[in-house]
Amino acid sequence: MINIIWMAFIIIGLLVAAVTGRIEATTQAAFDGARSAVELCFALIGIYSLWLGLMKVAEKSGLVNALSKRMRGPLGILFPDLPPSSPAMGAMTMNIIANILGLGNAATPLGIKAMKELQKLNRDKARPSNAMCMFIVLNTSSIQLIPTTIIGLRSAAGSANPAEIIGTTLVATICACATGILAVLILRRYY
Amino acid sequence: MLEAIKIISVFAIPLFFIFILAYGHFKGIAVYDTFIEGAKEGLTTAFRIVPYLVAMFVAIGIFRSSGAMDMVTELVKPIFSLLGGPPEVLPLFIMRPMSGAASLGILAELLKVYGPDSIIGRTASTAMGSTETTFYTISVYLGAVGIKNARYALAAGLIADMAGFIASIIICNVFF
Repeated sequence: MINIIWMAFIIIGLLVAAVTGRIEATTQAAFDGARSAVELCFALIGIYSLWLGLMKVAEKSGLVNALSKRMRGPLGILFPDLPPSSPAMGAMTMNIIANILGLGNAATPLGIKAMKELQKLNRDKARPSNAMCMFIVLNTSSIQLIPTTIIGLRSAAGSANPAEIIGTTLVATICACATGILAVLILRRYY
Repeated sequence: MLEAIKIISVFAIPLFFIFILAYGHFKGIAVYDTFIEGAKEGLTTAFRIVPYLVAMFVAIGIFRSSGAMDMVTELVKPIFSLLGGPPEVLPLFIMRPMSGAASLGILAELLKVYGPDSIIGRTASTAMGSTETTFYTISVYLGAVGIKNARYALAAGLIADMAGFIASIIICNVFF
């Protein structure tokens, strides 16, 4: 699907340019775009390094583990079928904590481990269980405390206050997460 | 409420720094050495997204400078004005659930063209941060256990993304 959309942007753009007589400006825009993409990447190296360095400290100090123990109880409410001490529950809480902290690289393997544990408990192996769907939706609407890459992009673009979107993002992401949970609770009655 | 959002934005990063470093030190981690170890990955991470950024900057650049973007914006304006949001963020909404790197490219392009501190820049930033690459996440997680039928997970994930986008438009209008 992404292949079609990407191609559509280019082909429709070029056809419209031919009609509106802006073909030269449009060709130029393509080259300008390629150049500024690389310039942006250089601007991002610094903030990526800063953040990945800090995240390494969080990872090595066992912060994810420590926070997960506290989260297990509250998270259990969303997974009433699972015993709180199950390995599935453990992997899921660690994945969600890693997501909240913005440890993307650590979150994915934990999430895959959680899915494998959930599959062991799943009765119909060809369809995801309700717990799996809930877990996936929690991941696709995951709350992230500090959206670092976006702050980096804003700073590279010369924002006067790159971090000013942290608060608004937190509110919006909580809305998204709550809606996702609600959607799972409603949809699972019909599918 | 608005004051609280502002305070979070100002203090989140410094508190995060203090907390993580102090916790690491308390747990006996050599914080400087560990930081360096992690920071080395910054270079490769930044370079890894170059092809995605180039692809999206070129495609959106063509689409915008040809005038096609203006036509589409004109078309969707009524829907967006209903919510009070800028129609310029539409390409981000379309791409977001499909590709994280591609939508990052679109966001970067929006920030460059309209400025990060414009309402377009702020709404796009907030929307990007409050949504996820739903298609990708679902395919990775279900693929890991060999399940093809996603049941209602895709629908619920996309509903959550939609809620994130709408919430971003509303909150940015109220807050900024």
